[in-house]
Amino acid sequence: MEVTKKQLIVPGRRGFLSGTGKLSAVAVAMLAGKEVLAASHAGAPMDSKDVDILNVALGLEWEGINAYTLGAQSGLLQKPVLDTAVRFQADHKEHADTLAGAIRKMGGKPVEPKSLADYAKALKADTLKSQADVLNLAARLELGATNAYLGVIPAFRAPALAQVAARLAADEVMHWTILNNALGRPLPAGGMPFGA
Amino acid sequence: MQAPFSFGADAARGKQLYESRCIGCHSIEENRAGPAHKGVFGRKAGLSKGFDYSPAVKSSKLIWNERTLDRWLANPEATIPGNKMGFAVPDAVDRADLIEYLRTAK
Repeated sequence: MEVTKKQLIVPGRRGFLSGTGKLSAVAVAMLAGKEVLAASHAGAPMDSKDVDILNVALGLEWEGINAYTLGAQSGLLQKPVLDTAVRFQADHKEHADTLAGAIRKMGGKPVEPKSLADYAKALKADTLKSQADVLNLAARLELGATNAYLGVIPAFRAPALAQVAARLAADEVMHWTILNNALGRPLPAGGMPFGA
Repeated sequence: MQAPFSFGADAARGKQLYESRCIGCHSIEENRAGPAHKGVFGRKAGLSKGFDYSPAVKSSKLIWNERTLDRWLANPEATIPGNKMGFAVPDAVDRADLIEYLRTAK
């Protein structure tokens, strides 16, 4: 499917940045806040389960960052789509920084990214032949991340971390919605389509 | 309540559920944030080649079958304490369909 400029909703720079900036600032503040740590750890050096979940989330963010790199390097993305892909990648970098910072503050060790070649193999980057292929991959990953974040919310022992996961999920939904629109697909039928 | 591994589990619906809920971290063929699922049914836990499992999973000695997968998906932490997965599938029918799909992932 050919993706036209009209089909792609490119958010205004100011609005987009202000939205993600708020998320990152609040998330970092929450994750770094003494009250959060006090509430989540209650004297223990760290909650290893929460750290493990955050590290899996960080792994997803690394994958997202590298997926957008693969898309950008493919030569398949037209200029306005490429700009949006780069913007989305910047969001995922903010997510990764936030998660890695939280993991460190909780006494854990953030998982490192794999090589770009590893991500290319896992995501079958060699099968990407068109802009729509790249957008389909990005949309699939954004939807997967959305559902992953929503799915781990009940497992967090610190409620503040659950809230951060929900806010990260909202970011992924924003990405997915724009990608879905760019692909010319309709909105999901009915309410509450995510996380189920 | 339907038994989680009852006759009639729907692999096609399980595939849909997999692509909706599991695909964020897993794929059949490749290790991602979670391990690849090809051949998982009947395999010992912690043996997807090249995946960095938690010590808890590696030492669990669990064999993945209907019962162990059902327990795992219902409550991973209760099944293997100390594992990395924070995602559960609360509905027994959903679990049965997912397990039926995983059975086909050879």
